[in-house]
Amino acid sequence: MREIPCALITTAISEMCVSANCLLAGDIRRALAEAHKREDSPLGREVLATLLANAEVAADRMIPICQDTGMAVVFIEMGQEVHITGGSLVEAVNLGVARGYAQGYLRKSVVRDPVRRENTGDNTPAVIHCQIVVGDQLKVTVAPKGFGSENMSALKMLKPAQGLDGVKEFILDTVAAAGPNPCPPIIVGAGVGGTMEMAALMAKQALLRPVGEIHPDPFWGEVESELLAAANRLDIGPAGFGGRTTVLAVHINVYPTHIAGLPVAVNIGCHVTRHAERVL
Amino acid sequence: MTEKKIIRTPLTDKVIGGLKAGDLVYLSGRVYTARDAAHQRLVTMIKAGQRPPFDFAGQIVYYAGPCPAKPGQIIGPVGPTTSGRMDAFSPLLIDLGLKAMIGKGSRSQAVVEAIVRNQGVYLAAIGGAAALMSQCVRQVELIAFEDLGTEAIRRLTLEMMPVVVAIDGQGRDVYRRTPCQVRR
Repeated sequence: MREIPCALITTAISEMCVSANCLLAGDIRRALAEAHKREDSPLGREVLATLLANAEVAADRMIPICQDTGMAVVFIEMGQEVHITGGSLVEAVNLGVARGYAQGYLRKSVVRDPVRRENTGDNTPAVIHCQIVVGDQLKVTVAPKGFGSENMSALKMLKPAQGLDGVKEFILDTVAAAGPNPCPPIIVGAGVGGTMEMAALMAKQALLRPVGEIHPDPFWGEVESELLAAANRLDIGPAGFGGRTTVLAVHINVYPTHIAGLPVAVNIGCHVTRHAERVL
Repeated sequence: MTEKKIIRTPLTDKVIGGLKAGDLVYLSGRVYTARDAAHQRLVTMIKAGQRPPFDFAGQIVYYAGPCPAKPGQIIGPVGPTTSGRMDAFSPLLIDLGLKAMIGKGSRSQAVVEAIVRNQGVYLAAIGGAAALMSQCVRQVELIAFEDLGTEAIRRLTLEMMPVVVAIDGQGRDVYRRTPCQVRR
């Protein structure tokens, strides 16, 4: 057994909350720069140039790229040879989130009860997804999720007969319905198959895949590039003002499903789609 | 995008009359931040016959909840939030004198009609460009609802904040353009 102390996890989470919010990921930065070259709408170009300049200001001053510093979604892949010492894993994660959001001057955007809506004051609790894997390492991913884009996400249980056309139609309809609201250009994460909650989780995880990396199965890789092209013909454009840059990437994760079902979940990520990861 | 068009608060009918959906303009002057929770409270107070904590007649509301200020700064990043969530409250406020709103994303037909009825305007700031926008803020004063934290009402003095006219006084809507109408 390899021992990993809770304090180490807390520190890592706290640092990643800050870095994910203040430093735009390289793959997204490159995608925005590429889009800026291709965009032919004058207003769209202006928006993309502004987003690139904004990322520079944020990095220089170590301030958040966007004021919505999100609800902290934390993925943990824990090797089965790992033994966590010195406390509870969940408490260690939440302590890291509270510390990161305080020390990084990040916005506290979490309410304790979804209906009664009192702010918890420290951006906890995080949404934690833990998976046991082989090995003796602990991989931690922090993906603070803004709700301008989260609110435009959707899930539907399709009939198997609806097939690939039904899947494509639902993904495109979700992007079209989102329109200008989720801060385009967006990243589209889709989960196809599994059960209802599995589809939603896959959609979220699909947002973490680096922009430019396509699905390893050529069938799904082809679907991704087809949907990317179709979405960019919707003329939603940067900030919704029109143009050819609506979606930077479409990522689809798939899983076996039941003979009676075809679940599809679409999680929309804004042009920041924050994430940071570290292996402990 | 030739020369920069600058508009200053208070926004008069003449200034608003000169704005067209799709125009990129730079806004200087005072605006009030208010988002979900503040709107809920404002409208509850108005409906109960109480006086709201600030007189919004002729004013601009900015749908935003800033990050906390780092030491030595007056405000953290402060970009727009999705305006559609305020659609249920806006027509009442516009009919009571609210002149303009800044946010992002499309509005309901009822909001468009209230804007036209009152010669108002809806401006869109660039969603996610919040770090840059914090550099346009010259002064911050807490006005009301301090207990709401980031959702409190604050008066910001802006200098040259870039915004796009999203819905103009005639009801033209940058988000409901026929394909390519605005950009070509």
